[in-house]
Amino acid sequence: MSTILKAVHFKETALVIASAMGLKVTVEDSKCIQANAFLQAGIFQEFLIKEEQVTFKINLTVLLECLNIFGSSSTPGSTTALRMCYAGYGSPLVLMLEEGGVLTNCSIKTQEPDETLDFNFCSTNVINKIIMKSECLKEAFNELDMTSEILQILMSPDKPYFRLSTFGNAGSTHSDFPKESDMVEAFNCTQTQTNRYKVSLLKPSVKALSSSVRVSIRTDNRGFLSLQFMIKNEDGQVCFVEYYCAPDEDMEEDYDS
Amino acid sequence: MRFRGKLMDIECIQHFTRVVSTVSKLAKTCTLKIDRSNVYFILPGSVVSGDISIWCELPQCHIFTEFNMEGLSEDADEIFLELTPENIVKAMKSARNAKWVKMKLTNKHIPCITFEVELPSLTNLPRTVIHDVPVCVIPRRSWAEFQEPKLTDFDISIYMPPLKVVKNIVDRMKHLGNFVMLSVNRNGEMTLKVETDLVSVSTHFYNLTCPNSRSWSKDPSVTRTPTQSRHQIKSVEVRVNIQKLAQFVSSQQVVPQKVVCNIHANRTVHFLLLHNDVTLQYFLPVVSM
Repeated sequence: MSTILKAVHFKETALVIASAMGLKVTVEDSKCIQANAFLQAGIFQEFLIKEEQVTFKINLTVLLECLNIFGSSSTPGSTTALRMCYAGYGSPLVLMLEEGGVLTNCSIKTQEPDETLDFNFCSTNVINKIIMKSECLKEAFNELDMTSEILQILMSPDKPYFRLSTFGNAGSTHSDFPKESDMVEAFNCTQTQTNRYKVSLLKPSVKALSSSVRVSIRTDNRGFLSLQFMIKNEDGQVCFVEYYCAPDEDMEEDYDS
Repeated sequence: MRFRGKLMDIECIQHFTRVVSTVSKLAKTCTLKIDRSNVYFILPGSVVSGDISIWCELPQCHIFTEFNMEGLSEDADEIFLELTPENIVKAMKSARNAKWVKMKLTNKHIPCITFEVELPSLTNLPRTVIHDVPVCVIPRRSWAEFQEPKLTDFDISIYMPPLKVVKNIVDRMKHLGNFVMLSVNRNGEMTLKVETDLVSVSTHFYNLTCPNSRSWSKDPSVTRTPTQSRHQIKSVEVRVNIQKLAQFVSSQQVVPQKVVCNIHANRTVHFLLLHNDVTLQYFLPVVSM
């Protein structure tokens, strides 16, 4: 569970929404980027919720420290058991962890939930979509030129198909991913689009990318970017983390057809 | 004042290196005391001022194949040197595969302990590395500061759970607060608790054993009269600085045979670590609320 939460941990606080479907943990920054981690009810051995939906804000840094209280690397043969309880509005989030006969109780204060942004990203407005294996994208993202303020993403039905570009102090870098590559699982681009995003906002998504096996990259008619990461946890269960990012306003390009 | 010792067994060399590494993790500078039978690493902290103190003792015959020392005078047959243990660790790093290591008290402009390390060589010519570790000779008038701390009446004693587990937990708790409450009771339960405005985390260890009144003292001749012991106390809770506790639990290079935790409520938490022939005592002052 902490792998999934670490993938969205780029700010101190997170919003937790619990429903019958499971938990959704949301982190936002600068009103331009939003990350959501989905922990579906199925990954828990037991998941009980009395109300339709329960929402609270919590310090994600503290939550992750508590989840990893027995150490972040698990010794072979030992498993940590976790139980989480929330008694309702105003109550703390209570965690009970056990490993090797040692028991830890944590009580984390919760706060008034904030409004989250609705990026209004719906599949009907998706112009371009690529699904690929995370491996090759990991290399590209790890080598992103941090002296460049923006990351430019080009997606097109024509060559170069998918190109990541940065413009830094040393010069410009372009990484091309052809659609015929083994790494590309699905390629669905209808229009040539070039969009620019602030590198500083996208950098946190690298954490999610490095834990993931597969990623889907989509842009809509406004140039908003949606990255969806498929992460497999230690038990082999699949969870999703998604990032929404608004394009950089200073240099908006026209959407050519 | 003279001192020379030769370490010839690779296991002794590694053993000595491990002990000094542990000490270097606990203190930046400390005092090395040498007498006819033992070698000591001492940090005399004052409980009143809230400092930790350390007393580490190992028999010289278990390290040195050849050993020769002459103290300050006949009636003060000891040597006290102030030094930085990290410097010894660096010198001993060259000795990982050494054939032998010679340690000698020398005077090279300033007093030093000179480490001469003979390394294995592919040719017939010997390969030697020499390290000079500067030391400060402590005058006789200050020796009283470096006496072995008396093990006072403790309220409660318990054998610690595996330090590795404690280390993981304390390392995480370090990020949540500055102080940790340590509670121990006679049912073999120990609790570590961090509490701040935002979060409260408590970890409980069960089924720990309590040493009987004699076994925690490393001197088997120490006996306790019923009036002295405070066995009536069922449980104790003290507050200590978490960084200093973390420092102790993270310092061990090997899994020690025995780690006893003795608590004197309102005063100190005393950790006594026994491993083979080495005893390490770490005194952690209790912080009042």
